[in-house]
Amino acid sequence: MKRRAVITGLGIVSPVGVGLPAAWDSIIQGRSGIGRVTRIDPAPYSSQIAGEVRGFDIGQYISAKEARKMDLFIHYGLAAAMEAIADSGLQIGADIADRVGVSIGSGIGGLPGIESEHTIVTESGPRRISPFFIPRCIVNMVSGHVSIMYGAKGPSIAMATACSTGTHSIGDAARLIEYGDADVMIAGGAEAAISPLGLGGFCAARALSTRNEDPEKASRPWDKDRDGFVLGEGAGVLVLEEYEFARRRGARIYAELSGYGMSSDAYHMTQPAPAGEGAARCMQAALRNAAVTPEMVGYINAHGTSTPLGDRSETDAVHVVFGDHARRLAMSSTKSMTGHLLGAAGGIEAIFTVLALYHGILPPTINLDQADEGCDLDYVPLKARHAAVEVALSNSFGFGGTNSSLVFRRVSN
Amino acid sequence: MDSVAERVKKVVVEQLGVNEDEVTNEASFVDDLGADSLDTVELVMALEEEFDCEIPDEEAEKIATVQQAIDYVSAHMPTKDA
Repeated sequence: MKRRAVITGLGIVSPVGVGLPAAWDSIIQGRSGIGRVTRIDPAPYSSQIAGEVRGFDIGQYISAKEARKMDLFIHYGLAAAMEAIADSGLQIGADIADRVGVSIGSGIGGLPGIESEHTIVTESGPRRISPFFIPRCIVNMVSGHVSIMYGAKGPSIAMATACSTGTHSIGDAARLIEYGDADVMIAGGAEAAISPLGLGGFCAARALSTRNEDPEKASRPWDKDRDGFVLGEGAGVLVLEEYEFARRRGARIYAELSGYGMSSDAYHMTQPAPAGEGAARCMQAALRNAAVTPEMVGYINAHGTSTPLGDRSETDAVHVVFGDHARRLAMSSTKSMTGHLLGAAGGIEAIFTVLALYHGILPPTINLDQADEGCDLDYVPLKARHAAVEVALSNSFGFGGTNSSLVFRRVSN
Repeated sequence: MDSVAERVKKVVVEQLGVNEDEVTNEASFVDDLGADSLDTVELVMALEEEFDCEIPDEEAEKIATVQQAIDYVSAHMPTKDA
């Protein structure tokens, strides 16, 4: 029989709150985490707003000496992982160490660190480059630090699939559990790229909202006045365990990760394929893997970034996959509150999807004042809603046309 | 101004995140102060910065204790600071 993966721990660092209670409260209250950029002077940039993490102090997690060796995305990822592991109650002792793995990716990695070190090499020459520069910035170093800190000796991997990173990281982690490579996987995504090149790069691609005068209203998926996504940062990490392993230790089970699907648009670097063709195949693959019918799905946490093309094509894809049932299910975008956390998006959105099942509350899509033409689903506009849902999906689609979907299912403890 | 020894010890405390009283003259960066190979490279860079001098790699490799750092810097720092 197939080995099943369940979710037993959640950890989050996000623009709507650091720690699970604060973040979930913001989400169900419909509070935006978007504001004017403070990390750098945003004046020269066309988009001057972002979802920045506030009230975060890495000193509460690790020593200042250790912290200096890590770029900001690692701080976020490590803190979220520590919270998730504490939340799971799992003790990673020598008896299980080689059965515990880590899969925490990042879309971009240590871009701020690369920028500052480039300044040093340009101004002072190569002798002044820090010996910690490379390990401070490379994408797999959240996984590396988590495994070192906890003595987790199983698989240590890191995905980099742009905005699909978090979802791929979690889905692959579940596959490793299913295949017997590990009994526990600590999985998710981390991102911190609100820097001159990060913000400037997405501005140059004309991907970002320029609603600078009204930051909290800028991320408005499916609304007719949407004008691009809002850059976010943070990390979302989940503890996945093999079902019997979790049961034996009496763990609280939030939900089962029952399916994982992937596809590629094979179409364009940044634009979605027409009619969401790739996204549709991705969701179908996930449903097939979970062995659930479309009619069983009650909620979708959308990729829903607030871009003109992307929102429409995800809606089209849902119509293709779900047929008549598309109008009966609910699909919301928590990016309306968090902004787009790129490689961390799939991490925090998996958490929100799991909590929606666990608490029976569907997060809202805020700022959806008037749905655009062709955007005709139940997007849970403006206010959260109580609803007992059995099966939920979380979608992520990334530059390069890389798509990923997770299927979560309610578990009666 | 602080003596060379005091300034070296201050750099060591900052770079290695250790307590002042641990940083005795005899203390070894790796064996006593918990530094790894990358920490020692960064420590030498911080000393270069503090004393405005250049420590060649083959010399840096020989600096393993606080006293050796003090001795090297005392012998090589620009005379205007002496």
